[in-house]
Amino acid sequence: MKNTDFVVRFAGEGGQGVVTSADGFASANAQVGYHVQTFSTFPSQIRGGPVWTQTRISTEPIRSSGDDLDVLVAFNEYAYNEHKSEVREGGVIIFDSGTFELEGVENSFGMAFDDLARSTGNARAANMVVMGALAYLVEIDQSILEQFVTKRFTRGRPNDQEIIESNIKALTLGRIEAENSGFMIGQMADAIPPEGEQVLINGNVALSLGAMAAGIDVYVGYPISPATPILLFMENNLPGPGKFAYQSTSEIESITSIVGAAFAGKKAMTATAGPGFTLMGEGIGLAWMAEIPVVVVDVQRGGPSTGLPTKTEQSDLLTALYPGHGDMQMPVIAPGTVEECFVAGHRAFSWAERYQGPVVVLSEHMLSERNQNIPKPDLSKVNSENRSVYTGTNGYQRYDGWELSPMPIPGNPGSYVANGSEHDGMGDTTHLADRHIQMTNRRFSKLKLLEDGTYESQNTDASIVLMPWGGSKGSGLSAYEELAEEGVDLGWYYTMYLSPLPPKLLEELRTKDLVLVPELNYMGQFASVLRSQGVKAEAITQYTGLPFKVRELASRIRDRVGTQQKESVTA
Amino acid sequence: MTSKNPEYDFKWCPGCGDFGVRRALETAISRRTVEMEVAPENNVIIAGIGCSGNMVHLLEGDQAYGFHGIHGRSLPIAMGAKMGNPDLNVVVVAGDGDFLGIGLEHISPQAARNLNITAIVMDNGVYGLTKGQSSPTTDLGAVTSSTPYGKTEDKLHPFKMYLSLGVSFVSSTMSSQVRQMSTIMSEAMDHPGFSIVHIQSPCTEYNNTFELLKGNVRKGIPGLAYDIPEDHDDADWDAAFDIASNDGIPLGVLYRDTTRPTLEQRIDEVSEKVKAKSVASMLDSYAI
Repeated sequence: MKNTDFVVRFAGEGGQGVVTSADGFASANAQVGYHVQTFSTFPSQIRGGPVWTQTRISTEPIRSSGDDLDVLVAFNEYAYNEHKSEVREGGVIIFDSGTFELEGVENSFGMAFDDLARSTGNARAANMVVMGALAYLVEIDQSILEQFVTKRFTRGRPNDQEIIESNIKALTLGRIEAENSGFMIGQMADAIPPEGEQVLINGNVALSLGAMAAGIDVYVGYPISPATPILLFMENNLPGPGKFAYQSTSEIESITSIVGAAFAGKKAMTATAGPGFTLMGEGIGLAWMAEIPVVVVDVQRGGPSTGLPTKTEQSDLLTALYPGHGDMQMPVIAPGTVEECFVAGHRAFSWAERYQGPVVVLSEHMLSERNQNIPKPDLSKVNSENRSVYTGTNGYQRYDGWELSPMPIPGNPGSYVANGSEHDGMGDTTHLADRHIQMTNRRFSKLKLLEDGTYESQNTDASIVLMPWGGSKGSGLSAYEELAEEGVDLGWYYTMYLSPLPPKLLEELRTKDLVLVPELNYMGQFASVLRSQGVKAEAITQYTGLPFKVRELASRIRDRVGTQQKESVTA
Repeated sequence: MTSKNPEYDFKWCPGCGDFGVRRALETAISRRTVEMEVAPENNVIIAGIGCSGNMVHLLEGDQAYGFHGIHGRSLPIAMGAKMGNPDLNVVVVAGDGDFLGIGLEHISPQAARNLNITAIVMDNGVYGLTKGQSSPTTDLGAVTSSTPYGKTEDKLHPFKMYLSLGVSFVSSTMSSQVRQMSTIMSEAMDHPGFSIVHIQSPCTEYNNTFELLKGNVRKGIPGLAYDIPEDHDDADWDAAFDIASNDGIPLGVLYRDTTRPTLEQRIDEVSEKVKAKSVASMLDSYAI
């Protein structure tokens, strides 16, 4: 039987081509119709330090980065030692014999990556040597890689042909090395090209494109891992008449300047990670208080403080819900896939504009850096909402009443004071109890406008259900299906609209005996949020800086379901 | 807005310098309405927190848009508003604590960008709203509620700092000179770039410097404030820095550079190099 799934990990040091090998292998295979996904983790430095990237190729859509390695490509001895235990039985290790030797390791073969590359006259083709060897191991036709090389290096430069030829030579040298080693992994089944047009993008790009589709006007951001690519995307793509993309000097400047721009009538966004998000707390509170629509993206990484800047974690949920002091609660959209990142990018704007306040998009490192093929988003299905604008004369009470009211735009009649202090209808500061009660209720009542979130569910009759959030969706869904196949009576719920939760979903969850929430943090943050809303929720936590592996997650769920069932029998 | 609004109960203390600043600002805005035919709602007044911040609620007459934001962050809010709609006349009103204490970090980047807004700084050398703590412009050794044994920080020299940071319009005036203030405010609003109108606006309650500024012949107090000589060339940065380095409070425009492009001009120039892309074409660039 042919393989339908293939996982390879490239491990070495920053600057060794670890990432380009993985991305190149993914792109090449995506072009012939395989589903691909990459996952990378690296230290926060420009060169050097342990890096690894994983590419998964499949004939089916991919939900997670893969539990076990079919092949480990070790660029140095440290990498071999760190990762060898994750190679599956029958898997193969390719090591760089130009850097170190492995003796007596049966399932391994070495080749001198750099020496082979240099012999083609192109010292930068080491990643092609590796890709050539990989293609042989899984019997993927070399022509696929050759097409990819030709496409990538046809750049209209005089030496294009030379570079293409040296890269193809490097592919061949790698293939010959693999052939001589005598190893095979087993042939990869032919690709089943997905229907419809596909794009190969990561979560950061998908989110940025979503914001573009919503008609973003202003972006201000400060560099921070792993959100920097959103800033770079905007700096590259947002300029134009009436548009403004700018690098700020701090996250405080980012948030307050987008609040200013949104006050002036623009659709404005910033993106950051945990440390920057914390700095934005007061500015987000200002947007809530003054009723100004802005979108704030937090691409989560390990925390607290500087934490683990280049690792994945889902530990900013509580701060996303309550980023500042005082009575306020953020609308939060947490995408769980690259596709959902696009949706979150435009839905967040619709929510912000609709309720006139800040909306938080909670992404994650594992989504931000994940390159994946997804169906090309259909722009005609993007319903981009705009705020209700005041069009009357002067003398308007902008904050009058107990619910949403049209927003005047500077330059037009209707002048008022946008105020971060408690205020009356005109926006003038007040301390009166009645007014604070009215305005507080007004601000919270607007959240009801956002109760149109959708959710997924399966086997809803079960009394024990699984409900991961964010990037744990993929591993969670695979674990769910594995358990369902075993006959475990378990239900499945999922939504990216964490606040406010879709009311019907919350209603259903409240009827369950146990809602298991796999999440990547210590505190069990979403489980505690659900408990505060009357759901019997319990977290399954992991805080390694890495995503859940499907097998491990399934095993923990199986155990917990078993205990629960035993308990209910005893009771 | 106060006359319309009995609910708003904030008051400046009798004799506060900010009353004069308010009158000057009202005059400068109405001058724009009358002489330049700019609708009042085309002006946006952005304030931080402090006695100065209440300016947005206390302005009478033609009603501009206001933004009463958070402490120290008026400049970045102003950047967003201005870059969101460059047709707006954006004016920041701030105190010395708001602008030079918690907000200090925002002056340098706006100077470097030459953001086309006006900042009106009401300097009373003290935190008034929180009742008399020392501020960056409080004298070294001064006894205040937060420096009971004397202030141990040197006093900040705002003008030397503004000039060093590259603020393209630097002016100095005082709250008793309403006509001069409003004239300078108008010039500042007309200036293409980042303009600062720094005003000595004494706090009658915690740091009353009226007499020190104006002098008192009977008491033999010479008076710190003096008019900048008419022959001063305000395009000459070195001459401006000399004035800023002298003792006393100069009154007038120290420095004015109209040659530097504003941030919106810089952005326009950069944008011209960029071919606007449709979302569809961006998506297509990632096609497999």
